[in-house]
Amino acid sequence: MPDMLTADLSRWQFALTALYHFLFVPLTLGLSMILVIMEGAFVMTGREIWRQTTRFWMNLFGINFVLGVATGVTMEFQFGMNWAYYSQYVGDIFGAPLAIEGLMAFFLEATMVGLMFFGWNRLSRPAHWLVTFLTAIGSNLSALWILIANGWMQNPVGAEFNPDTMRMEIVDFMAVIFNPVAQAKFVHTVSAGYVTAAVFVLGVSAWYMLKGRHTDVAKRSMTVAASFGLLSAISVVVLGDESGYTLTDNQKMKLAALEAMWETEPAPASLTLIGLPDQDARETHFEIRAPWVLGLIATRSLDKEVSGILPLVAIAEDRIRNGIAASEAVARINVEPGDAAARETFERTKQDLGYALLLRRYVANPADATDEMIRKAAFDTVPNVALSFFSFRLMAGLGFLFIGLFGLAFLFINIRRAAPRWLLITALVSMPLPWLAAELGWILAETGRQPWIIDGVLPTFMGVSTLSAGEIILTMVGFTLIYGVLAVINVSLMVRAISAGPGAPQPFARRRRPSARATSQPTFDH
Amino acid sequence: MDLPLDYATLKVIWWGLVGVLLIGFALTDGYDLGVQTLLPFIARSDEERRMVIRTVAPAWEGHQVWLITAGGALFAAWPFVYAISFSGFYLAMFIVLSALILRPVGFKYRSRRPEPAWRSGWDWALFTGGMVPALIFGVAMGNVLQGAPFTIDQELRTTYGGNLLGLLNPFALLCGLTSTALLVTHGVSYLNSKLEEGPVRNRALAVGKISALLALALFAIAGVWLQSFGFRLDAPMDPDGLANPLRKSVTAAPGAWFDNYSLHPWMMIAPASGFLGLLLAWFGLSRRSDLAFLGSSLSVVGMIASVGASMFPFILPSSADPRASLMVWDSSSSHLTLFIMLIAVVIFLPIVLVYTAWVLNVLKGRIGPDVVNNDTPY
Ligand code: HDD
Ligand code: HEM
Ligand code: HEM
Repeated sequence: MPDMLTADLSRWQFALTALYHFLFVPLTLGLSMILVIMEGAFVMTGREIWRQTTRFWMNLFGINFVLGVATGVTMEFQFGMNWAYYSQYVGDIFGAPLAIEGLMAFFLEATMVGLMFFGWNRLSRPAHWLVTFLTAIGSNLSALWILIANGWMQNPVGAEFNPDTMRMEIVDFMAVIFNPVAQAKFVHTVSAGYVTAAVFVLGVSAWYMLKGRHTDVAKRSMTVAASFGLLSAISVVVLGDESGYTLTDNQKMKLAALEAMWETEPAPASLTLIGLPDQDARETHFEIRAPWVLGLIATRSLDKEVSGILPLVAIAEDRIRNGIAASEAVARINVEPGDAAARETFERTKQDLGYALLLRRYVANPADATDEMIRKAAFDTVPNVALSFFSFRLMAGLGFLFIGLFGLAFLFINIRRAAPRWLLITALVSMPLPWLAAELGWILAETGRQPWIIDGVLPTFMGVSTLSAGEIILTMVGFTLIYGVLAVINVSLMVRAISAGPGAPQPFARRRRPSARATSQPTFDH
Repeated sequence: MDLPLDYATLKVIWWGLVGVLLIGFALTDGYDLGVQTLLPFIARSDEERRMVIRTVAPAWEGHQVWLITAGGALFAAWPFVYAISFSGFYLAMFIVLSALILRPVGFKYRSRRPEPAWRSGWDWALFTGGMVPALIFGVAMGNVLQGAPFTIDQELRTTYGGNLLGLLNPFALLCGLTSTALLVTHGVSYLNSKLEEGPVRNRALAVGKISALLALALFAIAGVWLQSFGFRLDAPMDPDGLANPLRKSVTAAPGAWFDNYSLHPWMMIAPASGFLGLLLAWFGLSRRSDLAFLGSSLSVVGMIASVGASMFPFILPSSADPRASLMVWDSSSSHLTLFIMLIAVVIFLPIVLVYTAWVLNVLKGRIGPDVVNNDTPY
């Protein structure tokens, strides 16, 4: 049986590396799109200022992009390293989107990005724009495929457990691709990336405006960021994933947890605006509630119920009892593949097999579980309520704040054509907020799925590799050190490039001979 | 569901495709790794180093995706292999990842500041990011050939009995040196065709002529040593069989890795290309001819294919419990997954090849001081 320390350490390791990867991802997703817009303006107008603007942001894009790549490679191999049992249990389904991501997205993005930086003097203007465009498309496609994979972990459609190979196998690939949870995650996450980049561009430009430096580039950048950001901020909030929720019991549990709603209320449910969830007492203190709102958001109706946590726990308990039969049948099929009675039992109970595995935390053979263990296991299906509750509120609050920020920016910059000082300062100090919102979103999405690594199919602690705590601690310390150093370097290079500003000559370009192609601006990409 | 290709055929096709992806990685990123390994030694001044870096900087990122895709394809096509090898070789994987992390940042951040200490720091980071993976990939091959000490229980959970020091055994280190020498040779062959005439190219050529012969000798020694390893199936398996690695019987049989060559003598083409390619590389480097790149490429293909040909249908044998060895026949994904993934490859791989060729074509031309100082300075 996997040991819980290994499981906890593996979770921390994954959380650490994934959250770190996702510091760079959103900026890549959004800034690549902004570059397409800016360079598009250059190709269409032919005005040098647009090229200068494009190249300035492209320079910052590059500093960020490489760390996205460096940390992404870790992610790709980490499933096998730390989650070996998980990998073999679901590789049949989960591996496919990852492989397709490589073929369809990473190749495109990584091949084009080199040419995007080195091709300025080797390509015509439209051809270079095309390369920038393909880089952006590649990045965004990679988000699509990885979120199809991640969406399947939240809502594992199109697959069945095969007792002969002891793993999940695919039955309907289209269901995996068109998984509604994955689609919802994709639009929400990608829009979150766009917001991040728009806030970044707006904030840096605001700083130039406040200092009165590079105002030509800053003004143009703000125009682009304000419009692009307003659209994205609206789409983050409007597409915020209600639709995925009511699909499975486990997603219902996540919804109930982020609302800290212990009992089912008569429809339409009210929304808790503020409160203090208490997991041990199983209630929420100091609540302030807005009637009807949750029912409307979550079910888009006035008459459907939103299930509470405790009723969902009762369902989980039934499913655990049912799953015990499935797990016994699997054990018998393993010993005697021809056992027809066991196969018949399995067919009847297989949808609850995963629930029986929850007992493995307490007992080696689920059939030996006591009532006490079953009750405990059923309560394990409740994720960390306070964490879900607060991360959701903070993220959603920030979502509305961004709409406000971009609404004002759009009004002042694109319509009134001048941004007041207080707005510039607000834009500047808002810069870290989208990262905060995005990280909170992942914390909500991933911890809200606990205790499952695959919802209803495989508990997280079952998914780990057989590793010693020492090995994991060693790599965790190692990654922390490397990542820490790189973070410092990354930020210092960003700051340096921003203070140097657009059009600054390279610190090192030793142009001994006059350039053969003196038409181009001084390069600061390399 | 009825699929146009049967299960056994798809398993063999995927065995080939994993090979293609690994070869794609070694052919393309292999020379990047070799060039990075050479960087601090063949280039002395900053300008020289910028020239060497500039030969690989624009395209290496796309090349690395061969590795990433091979990782994804292992996951999708051979989940057992992905899970058992990466968790078993845990600390070795961590070392490779740490080295690979240094590559993107090394290429991008080096030129950001003018201070010599900053730059030479990143030069050594690039060296590490090239040399360590080149070495460890060979070490991994060596361990795969010897079998890894893992066992699998009824529930198909694996327990791995080895440790990092066990991975760094003499035979594996020999394989590691072979792969390093090979990729350095490949890197020199590339520089030979990519750098302008000058001192850097001359130093590279001097290294390359030695490393080609060294790789040749190491490959031959590894071949002889290989006699002491091997695993054999006790009874033929059903190629259509289920993906459950516990339903067969295998014994350790030193020398068994040569069975396939006596059964199918044509497979000798693989090791022969390994040798011939290196000879051709040496010859090409001596004459400063582009033939060198052809030779080192041939050798890369030949060596990887030799490992595959020796082991088929084994993928990852277990030295602790040979019965649990992972085979092409019992470690693959389901029929439907293999088929869907094949369609994805058939659609996307040609597209990848087309645009990669286009990009390389745009970037063609020899690199000299002029390019690094004027075109896109590095
Ligand atoms: C929403 C988007 C998203 C999410 C959830 C993830 N990634 Fe990522 N990843 C990207 C979006 C992205 C990207 C935007 O495409 C990156 C970031 C910066 C970059 O260079 O490409 C990238 C880079 C990147 C790379 C390097 C690709 C290259 O060489 O070009 C790998 C191997 C991965 N990722 C793998 C993963 C894995 C295994 C993840 C899951 C745990 C993961 N990423 C989560
Ligand atoms: C396809 C993409 C992803 C997959 C397949 C995935 C999968 C996983 C897995 C296997 C775990 C370990 C089990 C667990 O403890 O939950 C995990 C945990 C976690 N992941 Fe993700 N993840 C993905 C993307 C991300 C990203 C991009 C982030 C954020 C940056 C993220 C944040 C987390 C966090 C915070 C945890 C810890 C949750 C906890 O332990 O309670 N995940 N995820
Ligand atoms: C009112 C606004 C918002 C609502 C209603 C909302 C809703 C949600 C919900 C319910 C989830 C969990 C999805 C799941 O568990 O599968 C989520 C996840 C997430 N949110 Fe938000 N969100 C909002 C604003 C934001 C903002 C402003 C950002 C970032 C700029 C953001 C970034 C994310 C990310 C990155 C995730 C994880 C990926 C995913 O599961 O889709 N969200 N959001």
